[in-house]
Amino acid sequence: MSGLLTPGMLAHVGHSGPPRTELVTRRDIRKYAIASGHRLRKYLDGDEAPPLFHVALFWDVVEKAELSPDGVSVDPLLPELPLRRAMAGGISVRYHRPVRPGDTLVARRTLTDLYEKAGRSGPLLFYEVTLEVTLESGEPVLTEKTTRLLR
Amino acid sequence: MVDLATLAVGSALPQRDHRPDEIDLFLYNAALWNAHRIHYDQAYATRVEGYPGLVVPGPHLGDWLTQVVLEWIGDDGVLVEFAYSNRRAAYLGETLRAAGRVSGIDRERSEVTLELEIRNQRDEVITPGSAVVRLGRAHA
Repeated sequence: MSGLLTPGMLAHVGHSGPPRTELVTRRDIRKYAIASGHRLRKYLDGDEAPPLFHVALFWDVVEKAELSPDGVSVDPLLPELPLRRAMAGGISVRYHRPVRPGDTLVARRTLTDLYEKAGRSGPLLFYEVTLEVTLESGEPVLTEKTTRLLR
Repeated sequence: MVDLATLAVGSALPQRDHRPDEIDLFLYNAALWNAHRIHYDQAYATRVEGYPGLVVPGPHLGDWLTQVVLEWIGDDGVLVEFAYSNRRAAYLGETLRAAGRVSGIDRERSEVTLELEIRNQRDEVITPGSAVVRLGRAHA
């Protein structure tokens, strides 16, 4: 380990962002379903959201000045880190109820892990964000853990 | 129709080949509001980041795995759990095969566990995944 992570950086683990509320529209479901290649009518017509629709719904919408030169918005839950190039990681989701047009969803994001690993071509930083999505009533919709990489 | 009584561990789900083009990459990233240059800026992706071509977004590969499950269960069940991991990158122009098979059956809970994967043309598993579905019209 090359020890890229300082105690100050690691202190961000456990921090949550402010809850975000988004309205689910049929138009957004249709755009997502068509763009990702779905073939079932209920998704193409926007009657129900595909299971990963929340990835699009809660993708950070930031002003252009906040994008890094590679076009990425750095996760506001992260401290300043020595590695910046983002790579996809993986997702694990538990579903409680389907999402339909007209639903108002509330997302609460928490940084739940930050660690370093040796990669094939140098050190990698991994971080895990836990996303809790509920209705405004508090009824659970889904719980997701996302792992992303920086190189 | 997925029938729990006749289902066996090892049964294969219908597979699907994807060959993403520029329009697919544009639409998917537009739907997310994702401006990451590796998905549309060929010069940046190859010269600066050293990729052989434009990169297929990781969560798009994950979505294809959900579709293997969703098209198989139709209205006979619901997705309860889903996971995937992007192990290797995929590039514009590649043919990517999304597939799945039954890896476990819990008849008491009416739940089926599935192993999922996307392979590239070099027969490398680039995106392994898994899912749990509950059969029955729980959310009708």
